[in-house]
Amino acid sequence: MVEILKAGLYDSIQDLGRFGYQEFGVPISGAMDHYSAKLANAVLGNQEDAALLEFTLIAPRLKFHSDTAICITGMESQAQINEKPVDNNVYIIVRKNDILSFGSRKLGCRGYVAVYGGFLSEKVMESRSFYKSITEQQRLITGDFIKVSQVPIPIKRSNAILKTPQAHLESFGIEVFKGVDFEILNTDHQNKIFTTEFTISKDSNRMAYQLDERFENSLEPIITAPVSPGTVQLTPSGQLMVLMRDCQTTGGYPRILQLSEMAINRLSQKISGQTFRFDVLTA
Amino acid sequence: MKSFQLTYSRFSETSILVEWPQYIAPEILKDILLFKNYLLKNESESIIQITSAYCSILITYKFQISNIEAKITSLKSNYNSRQDLEIQIQKTWKIPVCYDLSFALDLEEMSIEKKLLIPEIIHLHSKTIYKVYFIGFLPGFLYLGGLDKNLFMPRKKSPRQHIEKGAVGIGGEQTGIYPNASPGGWNIIGNSPISFFNRKSDSPCFASAGDNVQFISVDVETYREILSQVENGTYKIESEVLDG
Repeated sequence: MVEILKAGLYDSIQDLGRFGYQEFGVPISGAMDHYSAKLANAVLGNQEDAALLEFTLIAPRLKFHSDTAICITGMESQAQINEKPVDNNVYIIVRKNDILSFGSRKLGCRGYVAVYGGFLSEKVMESRSFYKSITEQQRLITGDFIKVSQVPIPIKRSNAILKTPQAHLESFGIEVFKGVDFEILNTDHQNKIFTTEFTISKDSNRMAYQLDERFENSLEPIITAPVSPGTVQLTPSGQLMVLMRDCQTTGGYPRILQLSEMAINRLSQKISGQTFRFDVLTA
Repeated sequence: MKSFQLTYSRFSETSILVEWPQYIAPEILKDILLFKNYLLKNESESIIQITSAYCSILITYKFQISNIEAKITSLKSNYNSRQDLEIQIQKTWKIPVCYDLSFALDLEEMSIEKKLLIPEIIHLHSKTIYKVYFIGFLPGFLYLGGLDKNLFMPRKKSPRQHIEKGAVGIGGEQTGIYPNASPGGWNIIGNSPISFFNRKSDSPCFASAGDNVQFISVDVETYREILSQVENGTYKIESEVLDG
């Protein structure tokens, strides 16, 4: 078991998402930054879609109630085991009663704690990713206990040295494809969208990142159609919305851009007030 | 079997969007479901999921698409060889709705706006047999087609922060039921005691795209009875089967 001694700002259990239930309106959800999530599981030798703990901006304080191995990835904020500093992206053996805590945030905003064999929270529709009305819990709170795999950790540990490229946590360019509705933008907007420096708004969460800069338009809404994480929608009020992992399955606004998979990971490490530019990829 | 002129475009690194002519019609829905089910049967090894909406589907593959042209050619050949195999069984679900003003927050305003008496609005809303086009937006939210033109009503200018679970609303040319409490901008005209989403079931919503829905007006007392049956798991939603 792992105990949440003190919850962070927004802690949840996530894997790589819930697929195959979209016909019931079930969102994909899953870890915001798949790259960091997969890295943590790779260091431990877990399945790449093993469930891990995701935290945002302020990390939780955790207590381990059994021996296991862990790996911390994503957001950089000096991690400590029993107040001794430990590195991100490495295999760390923890013992029963050890306490994991973090210092203040330095870089990025989504952190991951993977445990050997994965967290074993409730599995609903083949996934453990927390989502309101799908899983019992939407977020972890102080005092929660989460089950972890009881498989003994291997004697021979992985020595792989894996490093998060610096660019991953502080990239300026966000790679996009032209969206399926890109052509309905006027020529001015088609050019401006790739030269504007966009700012992430305060209204940004696991469902969508809103951008501060406006694109005034008189576009008609589209007939409700599929969307996916990474879809950039333009609303009639001129608001640009980048859909993130918890986004709904369909939407009625023009889909003007689509982030690459890596771009979703990188954008999810940015916080409100940070700026970036869309860099177009040719398909 | 009618064939449509479809367009295929890359949506993301792993997905392709297929679009039918952009209008809402039962014959498009029928063709979408036919193609979708055919693909899920024949390409289940490479496809991870297909999201359908009014006149498009999004096909998501397990792996990155390296040769988009080849994928599109294969989709086209699948479309041409799809078959109208089984007679589609259409269910018509009878959904109890209480239009009492204690639930129907916007019914009076709508009556004034549309110059219709409240019983007329209830009659127009509950006489129609609606078509389930797809489930989207929220888990268990049915997109229904067939709302009577006289009931078209723009969404509210400022959405409500909290709409009750089961609220029945009208937004523009659409009507629907909120499967869970959520913020929303539709005009609320009633509430249904039925659960539209059961997270513990492998088939979490009783209805699927292609089914029909009809609203049955019930009084407050019947509403409460049904609600308690729903809560203790004894309520069975009535349905009729029509041959398609």
